[in-house]
Amino acid sequence: MSRSLLVIFATLLCLLALTVAAAFVDFDRYLPGHNWGLRIALSIAIAKALLIALYFMHLKRDSRVTVAFAVAGVLWLAIFTVLTVADYATRNHPPELNFKGEPRYLQASTR
Amino acid sequence: MTSVVYRPAPPKPSYLAAGHRVTSWLLTHDHKRIAVLYMISITGFFIIGGIAATLMRLSLLTPDGSLTTADFYNRLFTMHGVVMVWFFLIPSIPTTLGNFLIPLMIGARDLAFPRLNLLSWYLFVIGGIFTISALVAGGVDTGWTFYTPYSSSFSNTHVVLTVVGIFIAGFSSILTGLNFIVTLHSMRAPGMYWRRLPLFCWSHYATSIILVLATPVLAMTLMMVAVERIFRVGIFDPALGGDPLLFQHLFWFYSHPAVYIMILPGMAVVSEVIACFARKRVFGYGFVAGASIAIALVGFLVWGHHMFVAGMSMYGGFIFSFLSFVVAVPSAVKVFNWTATLYKGSISLTTPMLYALGFIGLFVVGGLTGLFLATLALDVHLTDTYFVIAHFHYIMVGGAVMAYMAGLHFWWPKITGRMYPEWAGRIAALIIFAGFNLTFFPQFLLGYLGMPRRYHSYAPEFQVLNVMSTAGASILAVGYVMPLIYLLWSLKWGAIAGDNPWKAMGMEWTVSSPPPKENFATTPIVNEEAYAYDTMTPQGGGGRSIMPVAIKPNRGGA
Amino acid sequence: MTSHAAVEPPPAFQFEDAAQQSNAATLGMWAFLASEVLFFGSLVVSLMICRLRWPQAFAEGAKELKWWLGAINTAVLLGSSYAMALAVEAAEKQIAKRVIRNLLITASLGIIFLAIKGTEYGLEYHDHLIPAINYSAVAPDGAERLPQVQLFMIFYFLLTLLHAFHMLIGLTGIGIIAIRARRPGYVERSKNMIDGLGLYWHFVDIVWVFLFPMLYLLRHP
Repeated sequence: MSRSLLVIFATLLCLLALTVAAAFVDFDRYLPGHNWGLRIALSIAIAKALLIALYFMHLKRDSRVTVAFAVAGVLWLAIFTVLTVADYATRNHPPELNFKGEPRYLQASTR
Repeated sequence: MTSVVYRPAPPKPSYLAAGHRVTSWLLTHDHKRIAVLYMISITGFFIIGGIAATLMRLSLLTPDGSLTTADFYNRLFTMHGVVMVWFFLIPSIPTTLGNFLIPLMIGARDLAFPRLNLLSWYLFVIGGIFTISALVAGGVDTGWTFYTPYSSSFSNTHVVLTVVGIFIAGFSSILTGLNFIVTLHSMRAPGMYWRRLPLFCWSHYATSIILVLATPVLAMTLMMVAVERIFRVGIFDPALGGDPLLFQHLFWFYSHPAVYIMILPGMAVVSEVIACFARKRVFGYGFVAGASIAIALVGFLVWGHHMFVAGMSMYGGFIFSFLSFVVAVPSAVKVFNWTATLYKGSISLTTPMLYALGFIGLFVVGGLTGLFLATLALDVHLTDTYFVIAHFHYIMVGGAVMAYMAGLHFWWPKITGRMYPEWAGRIAALIIFAGFNLTFFPQFLLGYLGMPRRYHSYAPEFQVLNVMSTAGASILAVGYVMPLIYLLWSLKWGAIAGDNPWKAMGMEWTVSSPPPKENFATTPIVNEEAYAYDTMTPQGGGGRSIMPVAIKPNRGGA
Repeated sequence: MTSHAAVEPPPAFQFEDAAQQSNAATLGMWAFLASEVLFFGSLVVSLMICRLRWPQAFAEGAKELKWWLGAINTAVLLGSSYAMALAVEAAEKQIAKRVIRNLLITASLGIIFLAIKGTEYGLEYHDHLIPAINYSAVAPDGAERLPQVQLFMIFYFLLTLLHAFHMLIGLTGIGIIAIRARRPGYVERSKNMIDGLGLYWHFVDIVWVFLFPMLYLLRHP
């Protein structure tokens, strides 16, 4: 068991190196739009979290009920995130700033 | 059936007699004693919130509201909301009846984490002390919803003190919910399958999901308001680039599910009371259980309906409006099933039953008016008017508080060993019903006619309805004071209740009234379905095959 | 060598047997962690939404942080998580000495994490980045800071201070158990507690695994 824990730890360190390296690549230049930097950072973080949860927190060998508890927290956070971001993403005012740093919707509407 | 000889256990001293010193109460691990501690605490908070409401209604007798200043009026409605929501309604049924009954209903000796339960009570009391200190120091005037940027940047009142109190009490909620969930998963007696669980437990399970998952977001939101107030950085303040709507998203993500925390335990009580006093199984047990869980789940998806006119995106409005219609369905399922339970039942109009029937009617009114508010076009007209106030008071008072009264009266003999005077109970129930409707129905009309909420003064044409509302409130007050008197009276002079005065099903009725400290002498084994009223003999026994079979000896009290 | 006396200690009075108690302990800790996910998560989501609104300022703020210290800290915390996993495994095998040793390694790495964090805070104070205390709209190298960089720093301090607070609680628990584990039979009696502490510690690590990229690494708007 200790051997597999060591493997997981080594993998986590590799993923750490990967995410740090990716932070210095300007993805907007090569893959414009869609904020790939954020997506990659999040994906690596999720991968690390899964490794910790499944192996260090031994979710892999736990009962279904325990796994359901673990999933519930993440699922509820996802509910909050998705619906709230849906509001921000579908408002008519893009978060562009005027020279004073105020968001545009505080100005008179130009639509 | 087994051939084990049943030797009745010698009578054990009740939990009330197990220790008389103050420390035996303040340091107790017994879920029953903790329930009683909570009962006393929430009654105190109810009185405080009620006094605020009384002053408000008196001030609203005249259109100029001259009884109070506008500023004082703002503090009154804020305190009424804060105290009633967080210190009365949210704890009420779960911490009193839930704490007391869940272990008894599932055949356990206590909750999973008794010391955590005691900690919950202390956190509740400490949170309450903070909030009451804020009240004594002058109160808060932001409304219980603490909308930013007023609360975070402009209000000159004790916001931080109040939110600290709510923050601490929030942890009390989380720990209680956690305790219930773990108890229901891991401590059911042999044979108490999920499909045999009383619906009271199913509803409390759903409530606990909300308690555990929604309350942390409130805690974080209030923390951010406090940080903004102290450091002035602009998370929510538009002048500094913040977004007030971010606060509202965070706040309502908790506070909408919170209203389901307040109503689901009421529904829990109603299921039990209706079954007992119709002497019938609850119709569609599986659907009622499933509807409880569905309410908890879907209830998390609708919070934006508080923000339709706040500046949220139109498409967000569509989604939340649609989902708000969806969430009405499981509530309706429960109402239909209770009604079907009553059909061809053998109805006794006892006090708990009167309250439960009142709940069904008033909850339907409250719930249907919620659909009015969920309709985008109507909400533009009705939002922030008395229509909203009437809507949620029909559910919170006409629903949750009446259910609490139903539960209090139904299980009073079990908790205290005494019966209250039935005639007084019935009269009080009818007075409350009448007073409630006179108070709040005119408010639907006021809202429709355009009277805004949280306004200290109003246009003179609204006075008649306001006077009716205040008159109703005075009748309601009489109705609430009566149980306070006769329930306390019954503690000393009430008739001694037997183990099962209502001839009800449910494992809590198989132990003495009041129950012994360790609940069950030996672990019961369950081999009948819930609400098996059709197998009951006229004497109230039989059909009951919950035999205290001596398989696992009790480990003895601790 | 045969295992130490395999006598199961009696469970607490409300439980029927040790298996029920162990199940309840695990579920209880996971329910608590689920609530913590919402607690930290709502703050992280607020951070992300503000970043949506102020991409330039938040990218600038990220660049003001010392990414190399954050990366070292992440490695340190991952190491402490590994040591904790080893401690839990040793507790299952009831090897008290190994439990104590691994718990001490976990705690030491945790303390190193906090020390590095403290150093970072000191550097941020030096750079006039502490909101409301010594925040300056002009960076030490003379460049103008966008106004919302202060908002970013508020999120940074809120999140990392909350995380540090949780670590302190965890370290206290580790310390108490490491001291008590020297008593004979303690490890055998306390499997649930050690397992629960492990779950808590791993969770604190997972929070940092998200905080590090979200705060330090999103350097492009």
